[in-house]
Amino acid sequence: MRAAGSPPGRVTDQAPVPDEWVRALSADAVERERATARLHEMVLRVARAEARRRCGQLQICGPELDDLAHQATADAVVAVMAKIGEFRGESRFTTWACKFVIFEVSGKIGRHFSRRPAVPLQAGDWDRLPDRFGLDPARESEWRDLVRALRRAVQEELTEHQRRVFTAIVVDGVPLDVLVAESGSSRNALYKTLFDARRKLRASLVADGYLHQNPVRH
Amino acid sequence: MNSWPELDRFLQTDPRDAGCGQAMELLHIYAEIAAADPRGAEQRHPEVAAHLRACGPCAEDLEGCSEPSEPT
Repeated sequence: MRAAGSPPGRVTDQAPVPDEWVRALSADAVERERATARLHEMVLRVARAEARRRCGQLQICGPELDDLAHQATADAVVAVMAKIGEFRGESRFTTWACKFVIFEVSGKIGRHFSRRPAVPLQAGDWDRLPDRFGLDPARESEWRDLVRALRRAVQEELTEHQRRVFTAIVVDGVPLDVLVAESGSSRNALYKTLFDARRKLRASLVADGYLHQNPVRH
Repeated sequence: MNSWPELDRFLQTDPRDAGCGQAMELLHIYAEIAAADPRGAEQRHPEVAAHLRACGPCAEDLEGCSEPSEPT
């Protein structure tokens, strides 16, 4: 995994392309106000579509869903205005701006679930693991030892933090963004923790002969 | 051995994986390239492609970014 902060690849090294949106949003008060209203309208449309697209996960609808879209829009517009100097013309302005509201919707869904008491943090219910990974109950005699080995590797190979993150996400099925909201950490930091845990656990299962050295193809 | 491909796939890690931070930074660029040429996006940003294969939340965000918006 590349280190955080390493230089991102760029579509082009050419100078930033001037964009009408950037000009209008950086213009004098009247024009900026008009452009901001237009930005808000466009971002709200995307936020509503995104919230609707994810409403199956959310289990909310109607005014509550629309409220989430409005909150995401307000926060995204603030973020866009704060970062407008960073827009480099590598995509359409609208795609760049909409990215912020997509992230806001993701984050708010995570926070929505983290407020619900039903999320079983740290339950560590290993009985559900075979089902999560499609292990056939009819072949339990074959995979029982594998699950035992995996559990032992989780205990012996992982740091306490890795174990906590792995257990929450993989064993208990807590969505990553919910854990982000619960822990106050970032998605990047938790993903990196899980990434390192996965690497260690696979190496352990390979060493114990449960998995092939050469990975199965995606 | 390896009668559990789903678990094996989950535990595999790709050293090119950019992580969420870089993927999120490039998501708007990747989304536009991928909309026209998915393979081209993978070739241009293999580190983002590797990440999106492994990270459900970032893949979900990409899907949101790929929805049509104003062509401005």
